[in-house]
Amino acid sequence: MPEVVIVGAGPAGLSAASVLVEHGLRPVVIDEAKRPGGQAYRAPAAGLDLPMDALLGSESRKYRRLHARFAAIAGQLDHWPETLAWNVQEGKVFTVSRSGIEALAYDALILAPGAVDRLMPVKGWTLPGVYTLGGAQVLLKDQGCLIGRRIAFGGSSPLLYLAALQCRMMGAEVVAVLDTTPFSHKIGAAPKLLASPRTLARGLAYLAKLRSRGIPVRHGVRSLEIAGAEGVEGVTYREASGEIRTLACDAVALGFGLRPEFQLAELAGSALRYDATFRQWFPVCDIDGRLAKGLYTAGDGSAIGGADAAELSGALAAYAVLEDNGASVPQAKLRSLRRRLRRLRRFQEGLASAFAWPHAWLGETQDDVIVCRCEGVTAGEVRRIARAEFGGSEINRMKALSRLGMGRCQGRFCALAAAELSAAALGRPHADFGRLRGQAPVKPLPMSARLEP
Amino acid sequence: MAIGESRPDPSSARLIRVARFNSPRVRIAVDGRTIEANAGESVLAAMLRAGREIGKAEAGGQGRAGFCLMGACQDCWVWLANGGRIRACTTAAADGMEIVTGAPAGFPRNA
Repeated sequence: MPEVVIVGAGPAGLSAASVLVEHGLRPVVIDEAKRPGGQAYRAPAAGLDLPMDALLGSESRKYRRLHARFAAIAGQLDHWPETLAWNVQEGKVFTVSRSGIEALAYDALILAPGAVDRLMPVKGWTLPGVYTLGGAQVLLKDQGCLIGRRIAFGGSSPLLYLAALQCRMMGAEVVAVLDTTPFSHKIGAAPKLLASPRTLARGLAYLAKLRSRGIPVRHGVRSLEIAGAEGVEGVTYREASGEIRTLACDAVALGFGLRPEFQLAELAGSALRYDATFRQWFPVCDIDGRLAKGLYTAGDGSAIGGADAAELSGALAAYAVLEDNGASVPQAKLRSLRRRLRRLRRFQEGLASAFAWPHAWLGETQDDVIVCRCEGVTAGEVRRIARAEFGGSEINRMKALSRLGMGRCQGRFCALAAAELSAAALGRPHADFGRLRGQAPVKPLPMSARLEP
Repeated sequence: MAIGESRPDPSSARLIRVARFNSPRVRIAVDGRTIEANAGESVLAAMLRAGREIGKAEAGGQGRAGFCLMGACQDCWVWLANGGRIRACTTAAADGMEIVTGAPAGFPRNA
């Protein structure tokens, strides 16, 4: 029987594990979190009394089903919680946990690492009190905490609405939802959004609930800035009408869509492709998630699709592993899974245009705005280096010359924006600037960690 | 050991807890000051329910209070008095933990 390793215990990883267990395999599931669930279905810390059904609304059934599914198979897999997979090389996954470093050999590896928020650097985004949109939700679900008392939500993401509603439900004052995409974009994307009418209806219901609670929702917001000395004191923005407004608040949640965590796929040898709709890079795989021989991917780490698509793609990746190892797999079921996955991916393409990240802003970002929050590199420095002779003509040279992306987050939150900024400064296409090459370890390791011989 | 809610958020807190935590209370020290937390609570949540920031950015020295809260941005690493480092958003507070917000004496710093 092949040794199968899964990285990630969110909806994609758990769904893959469940299919493999059904077929008599015992996969290893490596996950950084203490408890399974990933980000969307993150479970509260032990002892924390949170009304998850109310918070997740129509999605709570799926949340419970996923956790029940895991509980049912927990004895038939090896769950490695609080373990970071930090490199993949020569058929081995390198991990680190409190018990040290290990190199785990695999016959098949399913990478289901998920995604993180894509961020637009705006004035004040490094102030204490500014959090990622996903972070604000994780803090609530995992820790039962709000990021502040009076919260503004800003960016280009359908999750703005859900997150704002969840925080409001738990007692936050939501000063506004500042959606940077015009409402007309959403109408324009309607044909693709109708690929998943239920998901669309859910989004519209969130919007209606926010309105019924009197929460201001602004579409087509521009020139978003966060003000404050020692921390967030307010947000300033330009209405679609041109009027400039300021709102007092003590926290801001920012999200401009999601960015896949494909670093391990890249280190394992996967090719990457630029997607012009999403304006970012994705691993190259087939619909079942095959990246290379013995290497598979699923969930938002492979293509942005949301939790439902993650579950479907996790199952498909598991069936691909089984099929590639000579097992007979139910072809009719595969066809149905693929059909549903394609529909959800089409829906996500619709979302990518309905909530397009406002890349054109980066043509106007003020020079003193910090782009790389780890190393404190500003938009002005990025522009100067992009324009210099022998300068940052692509993003890896930009890194070498500016230190952008050289910090601890390894470019997770700055690289896409920096490439857009450079492209805008030189009038060249974004894709020309490439992407930062992945480096192991994909996250910091303790100096004390070493591989025992 | 006491079970239940650790003390209420002071008005200067950055993060506000809005759900009951029924787990043993633990004590951690931040720069020598004792903070109460619940077992299972993250160091970041404990620090920011009792204060405004978790330390200063290495580049520029601006205050920082975490950012992605899911272990991706690495913005919330803090020092332990014994010289170790932890990522505050993904590390649970443990009784007796001693945190220092600046680098220990003698550690090389950037400007």
